[in-house]
Amino acid sequence: MSPLEIVILLPLLAALAIWLGAPARATSVGAAVINLLIVLGLVFGFQTASAGKAGFAFESARIVLDNPAITFGVGADGVALILTLLTSLVTLAAVWQIGDDKPGIYHISSLLIAAGALGAFLSTDVFFLYAFHELALIPTFLMIGLYGHGEPEHRKAVAWKTTIYLGAGSLILLAGLVWLVLEFSGGGKLTFDLQALRAQAALTPLPVEKQAQIFFVLLLGFGTLVSLFPLHSWAAPAYATAPTPVAMLHSGVLKKFGLYGLLRIALPLLPQGAQVAWVQETLLFMLLGNILVIGLVTINQKRLDDLLANSSVMHMGYIFLGLAAGTEIALRGAVLLMFAHGISIALLFALAGRMRNQLGTLELKKLGGLGEHAPAFTVLFAFGAFASIGLPGLANFAGEVMVFVGSFMNYGSASFGALQWSVVVSLWGVVMSAVYMLRAYRNIFHGSAMTGLFMRDPALSQRLPLIMLAAVLLIVGCCPWLLLNLIKSDLAAVVAP
Amino acid sequence: MSVFSIEVGLAILGLILLALEAFMPAITRRTLAGISMGGVALAFLLFLLVNKSATQMPEFLQPYQQLDTLAVFYKGFALVITFLVLWLTSQCAGYLTKYTVDGRLSEMFSLPLIVCPGMMWMAGAKDLVTVFVSLELVTVSFYVLVAFARKSALALEASVKYLILGALSTGILVYGIAWVYGATGSLTFEGIAKALANPETVKLPVLLGAALLLAGLGFKVAAAPFHMWVPDVYQGAPIPVTTFLSVGSKAAGFVILTRVIDTFSIQGSIIAPEVHGLLLIAGALTVLLGNLPAIFQTNVKRLLAYSSISHAGYLLLALSAHGSTRLDLSSGGVVAFYLATYLPMTVLGFLVVAILRINGGGEDVSDFRGLAKRSPLLALIMTIALASLAGLPLTAGFMGKLFVFLGLVDQAAWGTLGCAVIGAAAGFYYYFKTILAMYSSDASSSSQPIPLNLWTKIGAIVLAVTIVVLGVYPRPLQSMLMTAPATVSAVAH
Repeated sequence: MSPLEIVILLPLLAALAIWLGAPARATSVGAAVINLLIVLGLVFGFQTASAGKAGFAFESARIVLDNPAITFGVGADGVALILTLLTSLVTLAAVWQIGDDKPGIYHISSLLIAAGALGAFLSTDVFFLYAFHELALIPTFLMIGLYGHGEPEHRKAVAWKTTIYLGAGSLILLAGLVWLVLEFSGGGKLTFDLQALRAQAALTPLPVEKQAQIFFVLLLGFGTLVSLFPLHSWAAPAYATAPTPVAMLHSGVLKKFGLYGLLRIALPLLPQGAQVAWVQETLLFMLLGNILVIGLVTINQKRLDDLLANSSVMHMGYIFLGLAAGTEIALRGAVLLMFAHGISIALLFALAGRMRNQLGTLELKKLGGLGEHAPAFTVLFAFGAFASIGLPGLANFAGEVMVFVGSFMNYGSASFGALQWSVVVSLWGVVMSAVYMLRAYRNIFHGSAMTGLFMRDPALSQRLPLIMLAAVLLIVGCCPWLLLNLIKSDLAAVVAP
Repeated sequence: MSVFSIEVGLAILGLILLALEAFMPAITRRTLAGISMGGVALAFLLFLLVNKSATQMPEFLQPYQQLDTLAVFYKGFALVITFLVLWLTSQCAGYLTKYTVDGRLSEMFSLPLIVCPGMMWMAGAKDLVTVFVSLELVTVSFYVLVAFARKSALALEASVKYLILGALSTGILVYGIAWVYGATGSLTFEGIAKALANPETVKLPVLLGAALLLAGLGFKVAAAPFHMWVPDVYQGAPIPVTTFLSVGSKAAGFVILTRVIDTFSIQGSIIAPEVHGLLLIAGALTVLLGNLPAIFQTNVKRLLAYSSISHAGYLLLALSAHGSTRLDLSSGGVVAFYLATYLPMTVLGFLVVAILRINGGGEDVSDFRGLAKRSPLLALIMTIALASLAGLPLTAGFMGKLFVFLGLVDQAAWGTLGCAVIGAAAGFYYYFKTILAMYSSDASSSSQPIPLNLWTKIGAIVLAVTIVVLGVYPRPLQSMLMTAPATVSAVAH
């Protein structure tokens, strides 16, 4: 049994145990800690395990269907491992910060979402990669619909909107994947195995125009899941409404699934598809929508949760930029940014959730002066906010710089094309981030406190997971090579020709 | 011993039970249920044993009955669903007796034993007369079963509707058989196929016959536009009977459809394109007319009825992929696979409705409110069942749909595929609506815990586990249904 299978199964078993009556908090935190330790072990052992191997490390495969060939296959390369690490970090923080007064379903849903994300990141079979992501659909739906913030009518509406968007996106995605499988199986046996598909793609690439068509379908499917403009409108209300652990896990981890899918399935199998002019221009248009339109929308938000939710949508634009450029530096930057954004947004949502619990409101106008009463809290928030802006020394900076530089170079092309213009324009997004984040920070922590709205620092045991996330931001920000060294040749195959 | 003697034995047991009460009025419900369930269980065990050795029907039956992979599968399927229906009946007995005239349920335990051999004979039928006779055996027994809760006005309405439309469809079916016989000169599937492959056969009469035949069968399997009776009948009939109709009757209809379509679409058949087009249109229409009205249903039984219609649509679409060689399963194999996934989720859905009824609840979606508090186990298994009905991955329902979608993409039927996707998306809505209701609770919803007896728990967990296992490890089922070169070898390992 591969350790990766244990990593996937552990949260599922923990969820089952809680449902059967095990103490919720102890079980879920315990499972998350063990998972994190295993993943850290895998990260440290990765260099030896993957030495001399082109494909995946820690792999195992169990055939579940003969034709179409479907295997429950797991395996990790650097990219998968980085996202697994992200998932286990955020999961631990998310289940840790759930209050004792919350019902067990909080823990069960968090664990199910985590298991779905882990399974999706670690599967080497397109079928299970897709299937695991869907595992998170029902928990997300129930948690937003039942325990979301706001009026019952409002949260029900948000739950439906999210589910319909995600469900429709998944169906489009499924159509694209089935199309891909049928095209690459060329008359022979159908297979969902990623390695077999890659081999077939290397052997007999599809005609460029067909690549572009399939890529576009996949882009729509995956894009909906990542809240790519203009398919984004579910995301901001969902995160603002969702209970804190769900918001942390969904915006921090699960949303990366769409990007991961593009990186893992669409780009390697359809290398030229992404570079066809009409596809790339559409993608650039969409991601600029994310950065500029949603950036302006974010500046205009009046409440902290709405602001964070929208900023999370906005930041997806940078990662898409890295994918659209397709140079190795940009892609590495995109992976790093996926990690960094996941950690920083999870930290911010955790802090916002705490504020909502203690103050009862997140309206920026009503807040102020919290810095005096809760210094530790302020510092933690500063870490998240500054990382989100892209302050050097914190993880997001390295990722953003790599994306910008990598996209600007665009494999040595001398011309100043659409891509380069997009980089120039999207640099303004950084300014917008600074505007809304700093303004929120000033509003909340400086100035004079409104009467009645005081909050204390969380107890040390409650601070630990948050400190952990902040420390990760700092460590990865100062030493990004710790993660980047994990990515060896994985992305070389993906780099645009 | 042969499979045939098991079937006959079961029918005789049914007749004995039917007469038993007249001579032994003191016999209890529990004894009756025990005998009938024991009989079916024994039959199933014997069937599994006999299957290994006897691979042929007895000689005098060979012109009428075959024992190929599909026949064996559907015979086993009939036994399983009959057992589950009897089990469900014994669970529901408490509230069902309120609606019967004499407060007894004897026929509810004996008639399924007669339906079951009917379905088993249908599975192996080699000619249209056998099909017709066994179909009538099933349908006439169902007329009685549907009308069983006579004191309920809804049940009376349901039974009248079912009787009239059932009789009408039988008429249409026979008329179609007559035309086919007239045009091809044969009643066996083999003979009809031979005549159809012959280009000199006159096309129009065969086409008329085929259309009438398909319309008649369409009634039985609840395919649009012949699906109007389904919601009313499903709602009115007692829950075990609804389950039987929804799973057993549908499977029986589809085994015949599989045989008929295989015959009509044989290599070089003169009517193959028309039949194919008809299947695509009827399938797409059924998916849409099942899924879209389901959105507006508030009664869970009606909702499951529309869901049953929509699944008939997907099954028709599976049949339309006849001749696709990309999958190891033939179109008939995909249908069988789909039905095998459909059985546990549907039975589970109706089981939960039944348990709510037993505990004095209604059948509305709103009656599901607070179920997660009242019985976490029921809420969880119902969630699994509904997720599977909706076709969420890692459940059995997704596997079935995946095969159907692969078949549609393979034959490049984009329009139909679009309809199938729209249907599936609509399905998300109404199944999730029920899930949401189960987990939400307010002041108006009942909070009384639901007591479950041990057998209900075991049965429900077994069915739920089956759903998940088929969803993540469908390989054994697939290899069981794999098309074998000869009719015999597949069975005899």
